[in-house]
Amino acid sequence: MSSRDLLLGRLRAALAAGGPQVPVEVPRDYRHGGPLDLDRFVARLIDYRAQVHRVSEDAVADTIAAILPAGATVVVPPGLPSGWLPSTVTVRPDHDLDNGRIAAADAVVTAAAVAVAETGTVVLDGSPDQGRRVLSLLPDRHVCVLRTAQVVATVPEALARLTPQRPLTWISGPSATSDIELSRVEGVHGPRTLHVVLLP
Amino acid sequence: MTHTFLGMPSTAPPGVGHLRGTEPFPSAARRSLADPQLRRNLGHATATIRARSAGMIAEVPDWQQLREAGRAIKTDVMARLPELLEQLEARVTEAGAVVHWAADATEANRIVTDLVRATGSERVIKVKSMVTQEIGLNEALVAAGIAPVETDLAELIVQLGDDRPSHILVPAIHRNRAEIREIFLRAMPGVDPGLTDEPAALAAAARNYLRQTFLTTKVAVSGANFAVAQTGTLAVVESEGNGRMCLTLPETLITVMGIEKVVPTWQDLEVFLQLLPRASTGERMNPYTSMWTGVTPGDGPQAFHLVLLDNGRSAVLADPTGRQALHCIRCSACLNVCPVYERTGGHAYGSVYPGPIGAVLSPQLTGVADNASLPYASSLCGACYDACPVKINIPELLVQLRDQAPHPRAEAAAMAAAAYTMDHPRLYEAAQRAVRLSRLAGRRGCALPPPLDGWTASRDLPDPPAQTFRQWWAGR
Repeated sequence: MSSRDLLLGRLRAALAAGGPQVPVEVPRDYRHGGPLDLDRFVARLIDYRAQVHRVSEDAVADTIAAILPAGATVVVPPGLPSGWLPSTVTVRPDHDLDNGRIAAADAVVTAAAVAVAETGTVVLDGSPDQGRRVLSLLPDRHVCVLRTAQVVATVPEALARLTPQRPLTWISGPSATSDIELSRVEGVHGPRTLHVVLLP
Repeated sequence: MTHTFLGMPSTAPPGVGHLRGTEPFPSAARRSLADPQLRRNLGHATATIRARSAGMIAEVPDWQQLREAGRAIKTDVMARLPELLEQLEARVTEAGAVVHWAADATEANRIVTDLVRATGSERVIKVKSMVTQEIGLNEALVAAGIAPVETDLAELIVQLGDDRPSHILVPAIHRNRAEIREIFLRAMPGVDPGLTDEPAALAAAARNYLRQTFLTTKVAVSGANFAVAQTGTLAVVESEGNGRMCLTLPETLITVMGIEKVVPTWQDLEVFLQLLPRASTGERMNPYTSMWTGVTPGDGPQAFHLVLLDNGRSAVLADPTGRQALHCIRCSACLNVCPVYERTGGHAYGSVYPGPIGAVLSPQLTGVADNASLPYASSLCGACYDACPVKINIPELLVQLRDQAPHPRAEAAAMAAAAYTMDHPRLYEAAQRAVRLSRLAGRRGCALPPPLDGWTASRDLPDPPAQTFRQWWAGR
């Protein structure tokens, strides 16, 4: 008997021992959405030490130029709009960059798939303007450019917009830990600085 | 493999893993209570997390509806566990991964060890995972000549300090910043001797220490917070980014999960992703949540193995009341509100699952006889039930397990004698007079004599009243 059959047999025996099963109705009377409050989204991002820039689309490059020091090396996913990147930085598009090159970069610029206002969360799904997961992980600074139309109020709305089969990374502020005396400290292994550029 | 009848629900085998302590709770707790530093550290940490979590929960207007939904989803999962696991296996396999089934800790350890050996790697990086602690995976890997590196900050503190975890969420909760600095200075290779005890400096030291290890290790081992049967999606919630490193950088990823972690649908995540962070770390959302489905070409590990573990869970499932202990999402809210845990800490419980949930889960996984003192590690105050985001009725389970635990013969004899006496009014009155005599004899505040002294080991015997109720009633 395989372990699979053994295990499934045990579970069926365990359930049979408990008597007949009654189908369970899951009550879903919690909120499935809500009014979108962009100011709240910004406040929640700031509360978790993300830095927020609300600018128009044609000001993205200037905003990023102000965030990153001149001459900084920036890795970007291959599908990122080139107009977002200022001429003051050295851009390395991800055409199979090795991990060492990515880790050595000063920053990464990505787009996002969805954001959640209530929790101050941005979600990346590996689309061409967001790239492989490693891109937004190794550089110490992450600049994430987001459109207002991508922001939803609640977690249920975000899940409904996402494709489960894509690799998803939910990001709420910079890397942090509560492991020392349960006090929150920003900056462990992931990017220690998170900038969110919010477009109309 | 177990030696019980094939196909029958089976408890976790002894001799492997960390579900059984080496001594009963009362004697271990007595030692913890005598450590004032430990009590200060625990008091500070649990008070901090309680306040933070309460504030975050108060923000959510539909918290009770979410709890009820979470409870119902988990009840449904347990009722349909075999079919959901088969569905999960099918979806994960379609997505390019390999699914393994492990009847117990020994088999899971062997599967993981063989998988690591096959890669030729002599080192694995690990995401914090309760289930790999439960099965003693690190010991098995070391015995096979493979070095496991814990990458969660608290697990790293525990590993470098040659210590044991004492909390589900914050395994080093029993250490304060000064003690952590000392451990790093003593045991972390290449550490800056000028390291301060500022939490940010300690976190930065861990970042520097682990960076090269992340970039050069070919295999990672993780647990899972959720696995979606409908889509084959696995989810890990974390804070530091060590989880993302382990789930993204290596060539091979091995995920070990207890079979109870499966949820039916993608939509179900909307409930648990709201409940878990607020109940656990007291955040609106934890900094990072990773979700992946099988293998994504060109992104992340190109070999993914999922190990589904029983190790006593089938035995828990067999008890229609007890099975709610399998609903646990490992948030640790019940630990943080428990007056017993706050004073004794996690080591006193022996098992890797401490606190109220540990007191009902560990004895069921091992069989009550092997953790007989744990159901008594509670005052039955009920704070854990109120705090649980999936509404596990821990007090109900504690009482049921106390009933199932082996009782000392003296206690059974005393209870039988009391029942007989109460059934016979003359005897009862005589007994009451005898109690009053003991008061006249000056035996107040004393412990009971053997074999009944167990009752008074941690309680004072109340002073007998000057008059019984019957005497007072007769004299009105």
